[in-house]
Amino acid sequence: MWQWLFKLSSPKWFYTISGQLMPWLIAITSILLVIGLVWGLAFTPPDYQMGENYRIAYIHVPAASIAMGCYYMMAGMAAAFLIWRIKMADMVAKACAPVGMTFTALALFTGSVWGIPTWGTWWIWDARLTSTLIMLFLFIGVMALRSAYDSEAAGAKACAVLSLVGVVNVPIIKYSVEWWNTLHQGASSLSLSNTSANPPEIWLPAFFCWLWFVWFLSDCHYFAYP
Amino acid sequence: MMLTVNNLYCERDERVLFQNLDFAVGEGEIWQIQGSNGSGKTTLLRILCGLNDDFSGEVLWQGEEQGKARQAFNQHVFYLGHAPAINKTLTAKENLSWHCASRGLTNSDQIKAALNSFNLYGYEDMPCYLMSAGQQRRVSLARMLLSQAKLWILDEPFTALDKQGVMELETLLAEHARAGGAIILTTHHSLQMNHPLQAVDLDLLAGLVAA
Amino acid sequence: MSIIAATLRRELLIAFRSPGEIINPLMFFVIAVSLFPLGVGANQEFLSEIAAGVIWVTALLAVMLSMDSLFRADYEDGSLEQLLLSPQPLYFVILAKVASHWLVSGLPLVILAPIFASMLSLPAEGILPLMAALLIGTPILTMLGAVGMALTVGLSKSGLLLAVLILPLYIPVLVFGTGVVDSALNSLATSGLLALLGAMLILALCLTPLAIIAALRISVSL
Repeated sequence: MWQWLFKLSSPKWFYTISGQLMPWLIAITSILLVIGLVWGLAFTPPDYQMGENYRIAYIHVPAASIAMGCYYMMAGMAAAFLIWRIKMADMVAKACAPVGMTFTALALFTGSVWGIPTWGTWWIWDARLTSTLIMLFLFIGVMALRSAYDSEAAGAKACAVLSLVGVVNVPIIKYSVEWWNTLHQGASSLSLSNTSANPPEIWLPAFFCWLWFVWFLSDCHYFAYP
Repeated sequence: MMLTVNNLYCERDERVLFQNLDFAVGEGEIWQIQGSNGSGKTTLLRILCGLNDDFSGEVLWQGEEQGKARQAFNQHVFYLGHAPAINKTLTAKENLSWHCASRGLTNSDQIKAALNSFNLYGYEDMPCYLMSAGQQRRVSLARMLLSQAKLWILDEPFTALDKQGVMELETLLAEHARAGGAIILTTHHSLQMNHPLQAVDLDLLAGLVAA
Repeated sequence: MSIIAATLRRELLIAFRSPGEIINPLMFFVIAVSLFPLGVGANQEFLSEIAAGVIWVTALLAVMLSMDSLFRADYEDGSLEQLLLSPQPLYFVILAKVASHWLVSGLPLVILAPIFASMLSLPAEGILPLMAALLIGTPILTMLGAVGMALTVGLSKSGLLLAVLILPLYIPVLVFGTGVVDSALNSLATSGLLALLGAMLILALCLTPLAIIAALRISVSL
């Protein structure tokens, strides 16, 4: 298995494998996404507390988790690149930034859509929203730094350093709802209500993850072009 | 053997500067890196002194990999680049005493002697912005004498020097080599030193590879 | 002389010989703070509410603008390369450089802050907490700014890239810093927030030099 992982770190091999897998993954993603969105947005029973308005959570929560996961992955790949000089790690990190940025923006946007009926405001400067906004700025900063460097090799290293400096912010997002009394729901928000025994919210994040995975993989595939 | 280079490969802007480059610099040797403008001489020097790690191959200091022996390497190697590394608002003496401290040396009493060797007697307390380019260059060269380094890596050391300065520098370089040190340099000036010169010609290497 | 003492001496000598580099960021702070009452009106009650925030934001921007003098001159005249080739431990040299930079850019802000805070009608009980918060916070800002500066010093057209990179990292310091003053004004304990700031300072002291050294090596190899 280690040999297979080691092989995967070769851009050429990765390009070939990901190129073969792409059509299948795109097909699976499209199907799962449609099922997930339609099921979550239309067919789940209404929440006892929030009524119909909670449905946006089916997009908001996975998007937020994916965004944070993206940052962790970017930082992890950055560390791998700096320590072991694995070129593929830098390409993965490079793919993480725009994908993570979009999912962060999506999380913030859907969060605002949630906020208007539930809290009466589309924005508030509490700990979680502020730290998520910081993460959006950090993603943009990493992309800006990479494009400012003419030399690809130097730019890759610089972005790796910057990603690692900013990774301190991500645990703050996760734990901000525990450390401070904020308007944002606590972590128990996932056990929304007394719905059926197999609530679809278990499935939807997984569906959404496919979208991320395919998009992310396609970026890696593009960057691995030999 | 002081510095050994094995199978060095470097490319810049998708152009291969040099490949399969092997040579070894021992005590008492003076090496000149030759090549036309843009052939990669400065890049090679910067790789040799450890400022640039965008290459593949090995650079060994006394048998050990440069990255691992960095402290010993930095202790025994002196690099003179294009920029003089002199802060213009400080005096010559202040600049040199900081350079001494940065090499862990406390030979500040030798600063005057070093400046004298480059005909800068009496200039210790003059702020460097008041000096001419040639004088600033000579303050920078004075660092070379104060560094107590065995290997000198010099990028165009004769720039901005007048005829006498050139002759004096050539004498100094030969003396250093005779005392057991080593020198790697690039220059467009035709050297007339009292010491055997070995050369690495990057143009020739590139030509050979192409053929 | 040890390398730390030698670096401190060198940096302070250079700073005092170009007084413009010290005075200009302070003048920016002074002028920018004065813009606020002119822009939002001189209502004392309103000003006293925004005073802490205004002082903090302008101090933060002043620190960021003063960052250029940290590595640029050394990069251009080649001293930065020599620094990286020095056999002395770089960690302490970098700390010494950042410390001397803070002494001439951050510390004067801490000293000037009470004057301008009272000009913005900040109540008296907020002034000492403001100074304490700035005293702990401005070194953090300087160190984070140094990371950004090390990353961008080699770029020819970096413009406001430094701002894009480090202002997001400044936000937590800003939030806690103004929080200290708000707690003091509401007669709540400030020790918790000051301790948090102190923890951030220690974290920055330990980790930012490593990031700065890595970034400087990248910039020098360009």
